[in-house]
Amino acid sequence: MSEVDPARRRRFIASFVAHVPHIGALGIDYVDHGDDWAELALPPRADLVGFPDLGIVSNGAVFSLIDSCAGFAVFARRGAIGHATIDLRLDYVGAPPPDATMTARMECYRLTRRIAFVRGIAHAGDPARPIANATGTFMLGDV
Amino acid sequence: MAALRGGGRDIALDMLPYAHFLGLRADVDADEVRLVMPFDDRLIGAPGRLHGGATAGLLELAGVVRLLVALGDEEVPPQLKPVTVTVDYLREGAARATYASATLTRLGRRIANLHAVAWQIDRARPIAAANLNILLDRGAVVA
Repeated sequence: MSEVDPARRRRFIASFVAHVPHIGALGIDYVDHGDDWAELALPPRADLVGFPDLGIVSNGAVFSLIDSCAGFAVFARRGAIGHATIDLRLDYVGAPPPDATMTARMECYRLTRRIAFVRGIAHAGDPARPIANATGTFMLGDV
Repeated sequence: MAALRGGGRDIALDMLPYAHFLGLRADVDADEVRLVMPFDDRLIGAPGRLHGGATAGLLELAGVVRLLVALGDEEVPPQLKPVTVTVDYLREGAARATYASATLTRLGRRIANLHAVAWQIDRARPIAAANLNILLDRGAVVA
Protein backbone atom coordinates (compact mmCIF):
# COMPACT_ATOMS: atom_id res chain seq x y z
CA MET A 1 0.00 0.00 0.00
CA SER A 2 1.16 3.53 -0.67
CA GLU A 3 2.06 5.94 2.10
CA VAL A 4 -0.90 7.64 3.72
CA ASP A 5 -0.60 11.06 5.29
CA PRO A 6 -1.05 10.49 9.06
CA ALA A 7 -3.17 13.61 9.54
CA ARG A 8 -5.45 12.58 6.69
CA ARG A 9 -5.72 9.09 8.12
CA ARG A 10 -6.54 10.46 11.59
CA ARG A 11 -9.30 12.68 10.19
CA PHE A 12 -10.66 9.76 8.22
CA ILE A 13 -10.80 7.44 11.24
CA ALA A 14 -12.33 10.12 13.48
CA SER A 15 -15.02 10.87 10.90
CA PHE A 16 -15.65 7.15 10.43
CA VAL A 17 -16.23 6.73 14.15
CA ALA A 18 -18.65 9.64 14.08
CA HIS A 19 -20.59 8.46 11.03
CA VAL A 20 -21.03 4.72 11.45
CA PRO A 21 -24.57 4.58 12.88
CA HIS A 22 -24.06 1.59 15.20
CA ILE A 23 -20.84 3.03 16.61
CA GLY A 24 -22.60 6.34 17.22
CA ALA A 25 -25.60 4.60 18.80
CA LEU A 26 -23.30 2.83 21.26
CA GLY A 27 -21.49 6.10 22.05
CA ILE A 28 -18.08 4.75 21.03
CA ASP A 29 -15.33 7.38 20.85
CA TYR A 30 -12.12 7.50 18.83
CA VAL A 31 -9.09 7.56 21.16
CA ASP A 32 -5.92 7.13 19.13
CA HIS A 33 -4.23 5.09 16.43
CA GLY A 34 -0.78 4.32 15.00
CA ASP A 35 0.65 2.65 11.91
CA ASP A 36 -0.94 -0.72 12.67
CA TRP A 37 -3.21 -0.22 15.68
CA ALA A 38 -6.27 1.70 16.83
CA GLU A 39 -7.86 2.51 20.16
CA LEU A 40 -11.57 3.17 20.74
CA ALA A 41 -13.50 3.72 23.99
CA LEU A 42 -17.01 2.81 25.12
CA PRO A 43 -18.25 5.00 28.00
CA PRO A 44 -20.66 3.36 30.47
CA ARG A 45 -24.38 3.72 29.80
CA ALA A 46 -27.37 2.22 31.58
CA ASP A 47 -28.95 0.94 28.36
CA LEU A 48 -25.86 -1.11 27.43
CA VAL A 49 -25.83 -3.20 30.60
CA GLY A 50 -26.19 -6.97 30.13
CA PHE A 51 -28.00 -8.20 33.21
CA PRO A 52 -29.52 -5.42 35.34
CA ASP A 53 -28.74 -7.18 38.63
CA LEU A 54 -25.01 -7.11 37.80
CA GLY A 55 -24.91 -3.61 36.31
CA ILE A 56 -21.94 -4.28 34.04
CA VAL A 57 -21.64 -3.63 30.33
CA SER A 58 -22.97 -6.40 28.07
CA ASN A 59 -20.55 -8.66 26.23
CA GLY A 60 -22.36 -7.73 23.04
CA ALA A 61 -21.47 -4.05 23.36
CA VAL A 62 -17.84 -4.99 24.09
CA PHE A 63 -17.88 -7.25 21.01
CA SER A 64 -19.04 -4.28 18.89
CA LEU A 65 -16.30 -2.11 20.40
CA ILE A 66 -13.59 -4.67 19.60
CA ASP A 67 -14.95 -5.47 16.12
CA SER A 68 -15.02 -1.76 15.24
CA CYS A 69 -11.56 -1.17 16.72
CA ALA A 70 -10.14 -4.14 14.79
CA GLY A 71 -11.60 -2.76 11.57
CA PHE A 72 -9.89 0.58 12.18
CA ALA A 73 -6.59 -1.15 13.01
CA VAL A 74 -6.75 -2.89 9.62
CA PHE A 75 -7.47 0.45 7.98
CA ALA A 76 -4.56 2.06 9.85
CA ARG A 77 -2.20 -0.60 8.49
CA ARG A 78 -3.60 -0.77 4.95
CA GLY A 79 -4.46 2.84 4.37
CA ALA A 80 -7.53 1.62 2.47
CA ILE A 81 -11.06 0.54 3.26
CA GLY A 82 -13.08 -2.39 1.98
CA HIS A 83 -12.64 -5.25 4.41
CA ALA A 84 -15.06 -7.58 6.17
CA THR A 85 -14.69 -9.63 9.34
CA ILE A 86 -14.18 -13.34 8.68
CA ASP A 87 -14.11 -14.34 12.31
CA LEU A 88 -13.55 -12.81 15.70
CA ARG A 89 -12.97 -14.62 18.98
CA LEU A 90 -13.22 -13.03 22.40
CA ASP A 91 -11.94 -14.67 25.57
CA TYR A 92 -13.56 -13.04 28.56
CA VAL A 93 -10.65 -13.15 31.01
CA GLY A 94 -12.14 -10.86 33.63
CA ALA A 95 -15.31 -9.02 34.56
CA PRO A 96 -15.29 -5.21 34.34
CA PRO A 97 -16.49 -3.20 37.32
CA PRO A 98 -19.87 -1.45 36.97
CA ASP A 99 -19.78 1.96 35.27
CA ALA A 100 -16.32 1.45 33.76
CA THR A 101 -15.30 3.01 30.47
CA MET A 102 -14.16 0.13 28.28
CA THR A 103 -11.17 0.76 26.04
CA ALA A 104 -10.23 -1.51 23.14
CA ARG A 105 -6.77 -1.56 21.61
CA MET A 106 -6.47 -3.73 18.53
CA GLU A 107 -3.41 -4.35 16.36
CA CYS A 108 -3.23 -5.57 12.76
CA TYR A 109 -0.14 -7.75 13.21
CA ARG A 110 -0.07 -9.37 9.79
CA LEU A 111 -1.34 -8.31 6.40
CA THR A 112 -1.33 -10.54 3.34
CA ARG A 113 -2.74 -9.77 -0.09
CA ARG A 114 -6.19 -11.03 0.87
CA ILE A 115 -6.26 -11.42 4.66
CA ALA A 116 -5.60 -9.19 7.68
CA PHE A 117 -4.88 -10.76 11.09
CA VAL A 118 -5.77 -8.83 14.23
CA ARG A 119 -5.27 -9.24 17.96
CA GLY A 120 -5.79 -7.11 21.01
CA ILE A 121 -7.61 -6.49 24.23
CA ALA A 122 -10.38 -4.59 25.92
CA HIS A 123 -9.71 -3.22 29.40
CA ALA A 124 -11.47 -1.12 32.00
CA GLY A 125 -8.68 1.38 32.61
CA ASP A 126 -5.62 -0.80 33.20
CA PRO A 127 -4.22 -2.41 30.02
CA ALA A 128 -2.28 -4.84 32.23
CA ARG A 129 -5.58 -6.29 33.41
CA PRO A 130 -7.61 -7.06 30.27
CA ILE A 131 -11.31 -7.81 30.42
CA ALA A 132 -11.22 -9.55 27.05
CA ASN A 133 -8.54 -10.91 24.75
CA ALA A 134 -9.43 -10.89 21.08
CA THR A 135 -8.11 -12.45 17.89
CA GLY A 136 -9.64 -12.29 14.45
CA THR A 137 -9.27 -12.14 10.69
CA PHE A 138 -10.58 -9.87 7.95
CA MET A 139 -10.99 -10.47 4.23
CA LEU A 140 -9.61 -7.66 2.09
CA GLY A 141 -10.81 -6.37 -1.23
CA ASP A 142 -14.15 -6.72 -2.93
CA VAL A 143 -16.41 -7.37 0.03
CA MET B 1 -34.13 -12.37 35.24
CA ALA B 2 -37.03 -14.26 36.82
CA ALA B 3 -39.21 -13.99 33.74
CA LEU B 4 -36.48 -15.63 31.70
CA ARG B 5 -37.08 -18.88 33.56
CA GLY B 6 -40.71 -19.94 33.64
CA GLY B 7 -40.15 -23.06 31.58
CA GLY B 8 -39.38 -21.03 28.49
CA ARG B 9 -42.86 -19.69 27.96
CA ASP B 10 -42.37 -16.14 29.12
CA ILE B 11 -39.16 -14.67 27.80
CA ALA B 12 -39.01 -11.01 28.83
CA LEU B 13 -36.06 -9.69 26.90
CA ASP B 14 -37.06 -6.15 27.76
CA MET B 15 -35.62 -6.78 31.21
CA LEU B 16 -32.13 -6.97 29.70
CA PRO B 17 -31.04 -3.42 28.83
CA TYR B 18 -28.71 -4.34 25.95
CA ALA B 19 -31.27 -6.74 24.45
CA HIS B 20 -33.76 -3.88 24.61
CA PHE B 21 -31.17 -1.58 22.98
CA LEU B 22 -30.93 -4.04 20.06
CA GLY B 23 -34.74 -4.17 19.89
CA LEU B 24 -34.83 -7.95 20.33
CA ARG B 25 -38.02 -10.00 20.55
CA ALA B 26 -38.30 -13.68 21.38
CA ASP B 27 -40.46 -16.28 19.66
CA VAL B 28 -40.79 -19.35 21.82
CA ASP B 29 -42.43 -22.56 20.73
CA ALA B 30 -42.14 -26.18 21.75
CA ASP B 31 -39.08 -26.81 19.63
CA GLU B 32 -36.89 -23.74 19.99
CA VAL B 33 -36.33 -20.20 21.13
CA ARG B 34 -35.87 -17.84 18.22
CA LEU B 35 -34.78 -14.24 18.65
CA VAL B 36 -35.76 -11.53 16.19
CA MET B 37 -33.78 -8.33 15.70
CA PRO B 38 -35.94 -5.98 13.60
CA PHE B 39 -33.92 -3.72 11.35
CA ASP B 40 -33.12 -0.29 12.72
CA ASP B 41 -30.83 2.44 11.39
CA ARG B 42 -28.85 2.27 14.64
CA LEU B 43 -27.67 -1.24 13.73
CA ILE B 44 -25.87 -0.14 10.55
CA GLY B 45 -22.11 -0.54 10.20
CA ALA B 46 -20.93 -0.07 6.62
CA PRO B 47 -23.53 1.72 4.47
CA GLY B 48 -26.63 -0.46 4.10
CA ARG B 49 -25.20 -3.35 6.13
CA LEU B 50 -25.64 -4.60 9.66
CA HIS B 51 -22.73 -3.96 12.03
CA GLY B 52 -21.03 -7.24 12.90
CA GLY B 53 -21.12 -6.34 16.57
CA ALA B 54 -24.92 -6.17 16.58
CA THR B 55 -25.05 -9.60 14.93
CA ALA B 56 -22.62 -10.93 17.55
CA GLY B 57 -24.79 -9.51 20.34
CA LEU B 58 -27.85 -11.18 18.84
CA LEU B 59 -26.03 -14.53 18.58
CA GLU B 60 -24.76 -14.38 22.15
CA LEU B 61 -28.19 -13.52 23.53
CA ALA B 62 -29.75 -16.36 21.51
CA GLY B 63 -27.31 -18.68 23.28
CA VAL B 64 -27.92 -17.18 26.72
CA VAL B 65 -31.71 -17.38 26.35
CA ARG B 66 -31.49 -20.96 25.08
CA LEU B 67 -29.39 -21.83 28.12
CA LEU B 68 -31.75 -20.08 30.54
CA VAL B 69 -34.64 -22.07 29.13
CA ALA B 70 -32.66 -25.30 29.62
CA LEU B 71 -31.88 -24.29 33.21
CA GLY B 72 -35.47 -23.19 33.83
CA ASP B 73 -36.25 -26.11 36.12
CA GLU B 74 -33.37 -25.46 38.51
CA GLU B 75 -34.42 -23.87 41.77
CA VAL B 76 -31.33 -21.67 41.98
CA PRO B 77 -30.08 -21.17 38.43
CA PRO B 78 -26.36 -20.49 38.14
CA GLN B 79 -24.95 -17.16 37.06
CA LEU B 80 -23.94 -17.35 33.39
CA LYS B 81 -20.44 -16.15 32.52
CA PRO B 82 -19.39 -16.44 28.87
CA VAL B 83 -15.79 -17.66 28.69
CA THR B 84 -15.16 -17.70 24.94
CA VAL B 85 -17.31 -16.42 22.10
CA THR B 86 -16.23 -17.03 18.50
CA VAL B 87 -18.24 -15.53 15.66
CA ASP B 88 -17.88 -16.53 12.01
CA TYR B 89 -19.28 -14.00 9.52
CA LEU B 90 -20.64 -15.94 6.56
CA ARG B 91 -22.54 -13.41 4.45
CA GLU B 92 -23.14 -9.69 4.69
CA GLY B 93 -26.11 -8.69 6.81
CA ALA B 94 -28.62 -6.66 4.81
CA ALA B 95 -30.86 -3.87 6.13
CA ARG B 96 -33.68 -6.20 7.17
CA ALA B 97 -34.85 -8.29 10.13
CA THR B 98 -32.38 -10.84 11.46
CA TYR B 99 -33.24 -14.07 13.29
CA ALA B 100 -31.12 -16.22 15.56
CA SER B 101 -31.46 -19.54 17.29
CA ALA B 102 -29.05 -21.60 19.38
CA THR B 103 -28.60 -25.30 20.02
CA LEU B 104 -27.17 -26.68 23.22
CA THR B 105 -24.30 -28.93 22.17
CA ARG B 106 -23.61 -30.00 25.73
CA LEU B 107 -24.94 -28.93 29.10
CA GLY B 108 -22.49 -29.90 31.81
CA ARG B 109 -22.42 -29.07 35.47
CA ARG B 110 -19.87 -26.27 35.03
CA ILE B 111 -19.70 -25.50 31.32
CA ALA B 112 -22.36 -25.20 28.64
CA ASN B 113 -21.35 -25.37 24.96
CA LEU B 114 -23.73 -23.78 22.47
CA HIS B 115 -23.86 -23.12 18.74
CA ALA B 116 -25.89 -20.15 17.53
CA VAL B 117 -26.88 -19.27 13.97
CA ALA B 118 -28.22 -16.00 12.54
CA TRP B 119 -30.09 -15.65 9.26
CA GLN B 120 -32.32 -13.20 7.40
CA ILE B 121 -34.56 -14.39 4.55
CA ASP B 122 -33.44 -17.99 4.27
CA ARG B 123 -32.48 -20.05 7.27
CA ALA B 124 -30.42 -22.29 5.00
CA ARG B 125 -28.22 -19.27 4.15
CA PRO B 126 -26.97 -18.06 7.55
CA ILE B 127 -25.24 -14.67 7.77
CA ALA B 128 -23.25 -15.58 10.90
CA ALA B 129 -22.65 -18.39 13.38
CA ALA B 130 -21.16 -18.47 16.85
CA ASN B 131 -19.66 -20.97 19.24
CA LEU B 132 -20.34 -20.02 22.85
CA ASN B 133 -18.70 -21.63 25.87
CA ILE B 134 -20.38 -20.41 29.03
CA LEU B 135 -19.36 -21.00 32.64
CA LEU B 136 -22.21 -21.92 34.98
CA ASP B 137 -21.22 -20.20 38.21
CA ARG B 138 -23.10 -21.79 41.10
CA GLY B 139 -21.33 -19.72 43.72
CA ALA B 140 -19.69 -22.72 45.37
CA VAL B 141 -16.10 -23.80 44.93
CA VAL B 142 -16.01 -26.94 42.82
CA ALA B 143 -12.73 -28.78 43.17
